[in-house]
Amino acid sequence: MRRALTFLPVAIFGVLALLFIKGLTLNPKEIPSVLINHPVPDMTLAPLPGRGESSGLSAANLKGRVSLVNIYGSWCIACVQEHPYLMEIKKSGAVPIHGIDWRDDPALGAAWLKKHGDPYERVGVDPPPGRAAVDFGVTGAPESFIVDKQGIIRYKHIGPITTEVWAKILLPIVRELEK
Amino acid sequence: MRRVFKMALKRRTGRLNGASLVLLCALAWTVPAFAVNPDEMLKDPAQEYRARELGKDLRCLVCQNQSIDDSDADLAKDLRIIVRERISAGDSDAAVKKFVVDRYGDYVLLKPPFKATTLALWLGPFALFAGAVAVVLGFYRRRRSAAPVPPPPLSADEKKRLEKLLKETGR
Repeated sequence: MRRALTFLPVAIFGVLALLFIKGLTLNPKEIPSVLINHPVPDMTLAPLPGRGESSGLSAANLKGRVSLVNIYGSWCIACVQEHPYLMEIKKSGAVPIHGIDWRDDPALGAAWLKKHGDPYERVGVDPPPGRAAVDFGVTGAPESFIVDKQGIIRYKHIGPITTEVWAKILLPIVRELEK
Repeated sequence: MRRVFKMALKRRTGRLNGASLVLLCALAWTVPAFAVNPDEMLKDPAQEYRARELGKDLRCLVCQNQSIDDSDADLAKDLRIIVRERISAGDSDAAVKKFVVDRYGDYVLLKPPFKATTLALWLGPFALFAGAVAVVLGFYRRRRSAAPVPPPPLSADEKKRLEKLLKETGR
């Protein structure tokens, strides 16, 4: 008993140290979404200029197929970094990608896609105060959501998609949901 | 502002001139500015007051340690506007908070709520303190019970020997 008590402070220190070390590896910008397993928000977003009248994005468009919803903006720097990977995913045909042009001038959003390439099937414009983005619990761009066939959000990725993120995390989830 | 400093710096060898000294002192009376822009404010002062009180409790998801009222981030501005929209639509304070928490989770509240998953957070410090008090009390109790027992009184034989020894040393 005495011996156990002697080592108790060391044990408490050890447990705390492990917790703190774990804390150092966490990214405080990655806030877990509370909307996982919730239906996509009820939204009807206008199309980007020059992409066709019926190319906007609504909740109904996200039903029937597994899809990837990507939040971007022409002002978003990390989106430029992410973009080539989205183009590759589009080329692979693994999953349809829809875009939400967040807090942006639609003309600039359209020009940005002309410049960097257009990986999106549908693009909805979400002007300030970004109601659709807030309904999605968006904290920054880029962010991506995997939506299942029933229109339910199944996964949220914060930050740019890379080859590794796609191959190790997103693609397996898409495959699983497509079963 | 810059001119004031220029004026103050101009005469390196001399003293600050009176006007710039007064202006520099005036800086001491500045108050913190809030990020809320005049065009965001609600017309009804009572509703605007509610929006401010709510805004103080809601975390800016970009800067994280600022409230949406303090932050200049675009997302904080959006949330300020949306909070005011909910208030104008007739939502109660609790309903507005729920609206934001439903989208961003409890993390968005600067003061975490008291519930089953946050019990450790709220009660942990008290539990640790109680534990520490228990350990200290236990320590003192053990020390008292382990205090040396006073030695038994000397026997008649021992007393005789003691007297003899004291005599020998001449005391």
